[in-house]
Amino acid sequence: MTSAPVISAKSLSLTFETNDGPVHALKDVSLDIEKGDFVSFIGPSGCGKTTFLRCMADLEQPTGGSMTVNGVSAADARMARAYGYVFQAAGLYPWRTIGGNIRLPLEIMGYSKADQAARVARVLELVELSGFENKFPWQLSGGMQQRASIARALAFDADILLMDEPFGALDEIVRDHLNEQLLRLWARTEKTIAFVTHSIPEAVYLSTKIVVMSPRPGRITDVIESTLPKERPLEIRETPEFLEIAHRVREGLRAGHADD
Amino acid sequence: MRQSFFPVLTVVGLLLVIWYAAAVWLNADWTYDKATRSGEVVTTTSLIQDTWAQKKPKLPAPHQVAAEIWSTTVEKNITSKRSLIYHSWVTLSATLLGFGLGTVLGTLLAVGIVFNRTMDMSVMPWVIASQTIPILAIAPMIIVVLNAVGISGLLPKAMISMYLSFFPVVVGMVKGLRSPDQMQLDQMRTWHASAAQTFWRLRLPASMPYFFTSLKIAMAASLVGAIVGELPTGAVAGLGARLLAGSYYGQTIQIWSALIMAAALAALLVGIIGLIQRATLKRMGMAQ
Repeated sequence: MTSAPVISAKSLSLTFETNDGPVHALKDVSLDIEKGDFVSFIGPSGCGKTTFLRCMADLEQPTGGSMTVNGVSAADARMARAYGYVFQAAGLYPWRTIGGNIRLPLEIMGYSKADQAARVARVLELVELSGFENKFPWQLSGGMQQRASIARALAFDADILLMDEPFGALDEIVRDHLNEQLLRLWARTEKTIAFVTHSIPEAVYLSTKIVVMSPRPGRITDVIESTLPKERPLEIRETPEFLEIAHRVREGLRAGHADD
Repeated sequence: MRQSFFPVLTVVGLLLVIWYAAAVWLNADWTYDKATRSGEVVTTTSLIQDTWAQKKPKLPAPHQVAAEIWSTTVEKNITSKRSLIYHSWVTLSATLLGFGLGTVLGTLLAVGIVFNRTMDMSVMPWVIASQTIPILAIAPMIIVVLNAVGISGLLPKAMISMYLSFFPVVVGMVKGLRSPDQMQLDQMRTWHASAAQTFWRLRLPASMPYFFTSLKIAMAASLVGAIVGELPTGAVAGLGARLLAGSYYGQTIQIWSALIMAAALAALLVGIIGLIQRATLKRMGMAQ
């Protein structure tokens, strides 16, 4: 951990003013994410995990504290196209083919036609969707659509991948498969990934670091460094080591609720 | 298409039956009057024969209207003032020009309303207010004012068409351009897309289904506008003129044939838009 963190938040706060008084979506949140980390954010609804991710993406403006992404402000990082963002819904344009959807950010960023084609082919291969380039989104299953949306976030040169419950709407079997794929993809691309989830097994299975959050006010209650090896078959979820970490996450979540 | 063929045919058949029956009922008074004066006895057969063949019936029978349409379209030179094709073309040209102008105006207003908060607050109430004015009241004004500044012929009628047709386009396009959800707009933001890129790549394509629906309504409104615009010009030419002249001289058959022609024209125009809609949305992958 000698290099500067990729994402760094220092006593970050975000307060929404509502008719019922202020709502503290985030309060005094400090966290460093190192290069190549896979960090999961887990916690109940309203704990601010998505808000925190949106702050990194400059989609929300914090009302206090500071945050840097790649050493610059979140706004500058967004304008430099430092990250790819994957939303909960795939959000593919129905009037564009899968290839056309992946090309969309590349067109916006002004990549050359030849470069676009090469990148589309590369990321489609990466998410195992080669051959689907000319299909329209409605011709694909939900899981495949979400993979296409991940491919779209990988197509341009961003070292950071921000994922907001990308598999939340998918069934368990598809989710397992996509988790495996995501780990492979992370190993191949060496991206830094911030991943918001509701699922304890998903968080433990994927992450090098698990951030447990709790609501009212939204804050970090525990940061767990995973001791699992980088190579993780699905069966690792039955090992005592895995269950131990999962237990700690569950304890952390329960502690956050103690004051309710 | 094929599935809708028989239901449509059934409805048309039913309408024809009702129409023929209504013709007997409405025209019977005149038949009885004539019979009383000449001292003839009216039988059921002669009643039906007479009510379906009067010269100036209250309600002409379908075959009379069909015969009139046949004789004023196929059997007349299209340059003749008595040709219904000629009059239809006069109305059609004003309709299409007004529709084109209305579509352009409506789209531009919608873009302004979506992108400019001031326009959103200031223009929309006027757009709605414009449609509460009866078109019959304002049409002669437009004709007179434009005539006074030396504009006559096609353009004043097209302006009335435009006045009616821009409204559905504004309303539909505002809705369509705003149809992308917050997530899609956030996504554009994460790519640092410009407002122009967001417009051309997201808002405009997303608005297409709304656009075509608006166009269908606008086309029908535009035809009504052109016909209304022909009334105050002194009934020189056009389907509106045929309607007015027909009512001056009690030529009910002429009125009905002009009405049927207008309806057929509207069906044709809206049908063409429907075909373009299907082809476009299919090409865009939005219709399966």
